[in-house]
Amino acid sequence: MADLNLNELHDTEFPLPEQMHGNVAITSLSKLYNWSRRSSMWPLLFGLACCAIEMIGTAASRFDFSRFGMEVMRATPRQSDLMIVSGTVTKKMVVPIVRLYNQMPEPKYVMAMGACASGGGPFKEGYNVVSGIDKYLPVDVYVPGCPPTPQALLHGLITLQKKIDGQSLANLDDVPWYGVGPSEPTPIPILGPDIIDPRQMDTIRRQAELAALGQPIGLRALPDVPVYKPKPKKAVAAAAVVEEVVVDEEDAARVMELRQAALARKRAYDASKS
Amino acid sequence: MYGKGIMRGLSVTLKHFFQTYVDDLRYGWRKYSPKEDNFEMRQGMAAQGAFTVQYPDEKLAVPERFRFVPFLVVNEDDHPEAPGKDWCTSCGICAKVCPPQCIWIVRSEDPNTGRPIPEPEAFFIDIDICMNCGFCAEFCPFDAIKMDHDYELASYDRTTSHIHDKDHLSKPTSYWNRIAPTRAAEEAEARGGWEHIDVIKERKKAEKAAAKAAKK
Amino acid sequence: MTDQVLPEKVETTDVDSAIAYLKDKFPSAVSDDTRDGYSGVIVDKNKLVDVARAIRDELGYNYLSSATAVDYHTLGEPDSDMEMVYHAYPITGGGALVFKAQTPRDNPEIPSLVNVWPGADFQEREAYDLMGIRFPGHPNLKRILMWEGFLGHPLRKDWKEAYYEEDHKPFSSRWPSGNVWRAEEKNAYGKNVRYPDDFDLSRLNDVSEESLYEGLGLGVDVQAIEGTMHTDRLVVNMGPHHPSTHGVFRMVITLDGETIDTLEPVMGYLHRNHEKIGERNTYLHNMPFTDRLDYLSSMGNNLGYALAVEQLMALGPRWNPPSYRAEVIRVLMAELTRIVNHLWSIGFLLNDLGAFFTPMLYANNEREKILDFFEGVAGSRLMCNYVRFGGVFQDIPERIHSVQNMVNDRVRDFDSMKFLTELVSERLPRFLDEYEYYLSENEIIKARCINVGVLPPDEAVGYSAAGPLLRGSGIPYDVRRADPYSIYPELDFDIPVGERGDIYDRYTVRIREMRESLRILRQLLPRLEATKGESVAGTNAHTPRVPVGESYGRVENPKGELGFYVVSAGDAKGTQNPWRYHVRAPSFINLTPLGRMSHKQKVADVVTVLGSIDIVLGETDR
Ligand code: SF4
Ligand code: SF4
Ligand code: SF4
Repeated sequence: MADLNLNELHDTEFPLPEQMHGNVAITSLSKLYNWSRRSSMWPLLFGLACCAIEMIGTAASRFDFSRFGMEVMRATPRQSDLMIVSGTVTKKMVVPIVRLYNQMPEPKYVMAMGACASGGGPFKEGYNVVSGIDKYLPVDVYVPGCPPTPQALLHGLITLQKKIDGQSLANLDDVPWYGVGPSEPTPIPILGPDIIDPRQMDTIRRQAELAALGQPIGLRALPDVPVYKPKPKKAVAAAAVVEEVVVDEEDAARVMELRQAALARKRAYDASKS
Repeated sequence: MYGKGIMRGLSVTLKHFFQTYVDDLRYGWRKYSPKEDNFEMRQGMAAQGAFTVQYPDEKLAVPERFRFVPFLVVNEDDHPEAPGKDWCTSCGICAKVCPPQCIWIVRSEDPNTGRPIPEPEAFFIDIDICMNCGFCAEFCPFDAIKMDHDYELASYDRTTSHIHDKDHLSKPTSYWNRIAPTRAAEEAEARGGWEHIDVIKERKKAEKAAAKAAKK
Repeated sequence: MTDQVLPEKVETTDVDSAIAYLKDKFPSAVSDDTRDGYSGVIVDKNKLVDVARAIRDELGYNYLSSATAVDYHTLGEPDSDMEMVYHAYPITGGGALVFKAQTPRDNPEIPSLVNVWPGADFQEREAYDLMGIRFPGHPNLKRILMWEGFLGHPLRKDWKEAYYEEDHKPFSSRWPSGNVWRAEEKNAYGKNVRYPDDFDLSRLNDVSEESLYEGLGLGVDVQAIEGTMHTDRLVVNMGPHHPSTHGVFRMVITLDGETIDTLEPVMGYLHRNHEKIGERNTYLHNMPFTDRLDYLSSMGNNLGYALAVEQLMALGPRWNPPSYRAEVIRVLMAELTRIVNHLWSIGFLLNDLGAFFTPMLYANNEREKILDFFEGVAGSRLMCNYVRFGGVFQDIPERIHSVQNMVNDRVRDFDSMKFLTELVSERLPRFLDEYEYYLSENEIIKARCINVGVLPPDEAVGYSAAGPLLRGSGIPYDVRRADPYSIYPELDFDIPVGERGDIYDRYTVRIREMRESLRILRQLLPRLEATKGESVAGTNAHTPRVPVGESYGRVENPKGELGFYVVSAGDAKGTQNPWRYHVRAPSFINLTPLGRMSHKQKVADVVTVLGSIDIVLGETDR
């Protein structure tokens, strides 16, 4: 150990600012940490709908995701790292799903497999269908398709591994479980006359108050933002057409902001492509 | 004898265990070589053991009729007359037959007369809803929408990338010819040429007119 | 439990004389259904139970296939605009006796038939849940698919969901000015939710769980109960997340020691509103949705739905029945599907028995070969969407072919007929022999399966069990024989039946059914060769015209009898959508006897009993 040169360990091929010298070992550590996390990703044995059949098909010998260190499908959330939401999430089922998610130990990942889990899928309009698990849980990777073939699912798993590879121990956003205190559990939805997300209690209460005042609730007219219009030459008369519907200004502004941000991201993405 | 059934079962398991290795030996080092056609054999009827497709190093080819999310056929970028022109005439049939109603089409209109132009101004498919049923491709009278084979679409974010717009959807005719040559050839034969059906019709008209003119 | 009579005791009558007999016996209560395109009789609801008894005992129509409700909201008379439709069949084979009972919409009430046919249990609960019809006399009238406390009865025609857009597809916002939006962007909560106007959060209480435990006899003072051993009863919840419930199915079990006292299935965790969406869809739109019912045997579902709609279309002009080749291909696919399904279900049954995954993997290897064929012919491994009205999507291609491009780096190219022949005459028979050698004599399997989960034949009929569950109990009832469709009459095959009605019998029935399917497939191959070149295309209209009427199409799906009850209102509204679209799901109705079969069994056996029924949640919950 005597001849261990700390500088050598910290030496990287990249030029570094002065104040970071001596701190760089963490990148190598991150690499090791990421490698071990991504190579032993145990999925929760948990099938919801048609997509689950393809998930089992992926686990079977022909496609075999044990090659990625995922062979042990655990039936208990306590021992699993990855929740593959494989199929349609219904309102009745989202309660146990959130509960299962809360029971999973950090680090945990969620993959939305198939159109249904990503955004509602063909059954989106149904009264008992949740339009995308990301309304309740943070999703790491979306795998489109109905159903995604085993190879598409494998591609999704590899994409998830890539995401982990890009994370760094130095960034608390990447490894929030090293932050201070225990992580907040996701509030469990309640089955009332319709499903209730506890995070939306305030909105619901406000809407009910407004309804008591005789003001309409329900559909809200959002300002028309031509987010996905490729040709701006004939843009729809934008914004300002907010009708006499009760609109929570703050909320609308927030949504607007989000949409603008999404638009910017989309433009940046398009630009980077071309 | 009690226990015989169990032993029989175990012998089958043992047989399967060895079979895989016997087959492995048979294919030997050629196993992962892309040039050999033994991949097809390993995945076909003759295979004895259990064989894994080593995705992503080797991929199980998808057949021509395979359907994943749809795409739009457009002319090549180096097409002599109309580079990059959509084959779609925005007739709206695909939007009507789509079972979960995930196709959105904005029809072009002539800015002066307000009459529709047979060309979509915008075309969206929400792939979070699409059920890959293939009806749009089946019922499109202009062979303008087809089912893609590219299934590697996983992404980190769906808000921005999961509604495919026209730019994203458009792929040149050569792409379709490449992923499904047999189907493409059949369709071309039914249309009467490799061009868009309207172009073929116009050419025929022009030819006829020319012939008439020549007669006179 | 029931005074069910065994089939051979009564003589069956054909439908017309049965109706005449009923009208004779109950002159004031039974009348013909004279609506255009409808059949059967309308029974006065006050006399319904008596008439049903007569139908069962005196006429021999002792198998209640389907019971469902229809809401004729704006179409019917106000005092009779809700209707229960029952389809009863003789268990010895033959056509349906359809009888209906009507009730006003604002106070719908129809006497329960549970005492006549216990198989009506879940179906009446479903009608209560989704349509709001009450059934006096039903022992356990609770919601079954939605949760207790849910607002409204969603299948009623005037009930609208949060993402409601228009009554019928296609929606007008899609074309010609389809500026895209997501449905959640228009909802105040950004979600698929809608609360009543006077919704008061402070009064909110979640009763969905408590209502489950009602009536389980909890809180009873066990010391006071007679008997020698005083053990507290224990409630065990299995599911909805449990590795051996085959999906999101839940059972609430009360245990007396190790022994099961009561078992109540709880479902609806995958209720995807198939029927509500189906009534908004056009007839063609529903085809790919049927794939997602029993997602292991999509080809069979397609066929059943096509048969139901074809029955209606055949009433109209310009109807071309499917060509012979199309029929051959349909049967070919249906039988391949049966093999796929049974391979899967036996694999999972063994999984439930503790043979963790090895038999499953072997079965899956063979299944993948058939899926390759489906993928080459129909385009998708699971969601085939292959059958069309009056034909099939496309003929079987000469070669199943793929090319090298940026997506594929390997090429596959094989002759489809050769592939099929090899599969049917060599590979699958060889595999089945090996599989049987591998499993059938295994002492552990026998010890765990024989005389476990027994369902006696008379009860199997009474519970409307179908498929291998019914045949395992020794009743040779198979829709392919009892009420033949397509080209099954000319094919030669046997109907395997069990003797004891236990799990082992269901297992052997499945194995033998696969052999029969292979036998059918071998008879189909020469027919395929002989009809080469014949057109298989169905009607090319994307919104086919369907005349007014009702129809009930049923097929013998691998899981049992799959029926589609379709009511067409025809052109009345200018749109072409089914007015009512109901699925008689075998996985759903086969669960009715689950509680009965598990009674007094050990708790460890309950997963095997469930596994032997072979359910798929997509179909159970729809
Ligand atoms: S995405 Fe398609 S295959 Fe997957 S669960 Fe939804 S409907 Fe089924
Ligand atoms: S059916 Fe074909 S031509 Fe018509 S709008 Fe759709 S893609 Fe365009
Ligand atoms: S594949 Fe089916 S669901 Fe998808 S866009 Fe085409 S018609 Fe619609």
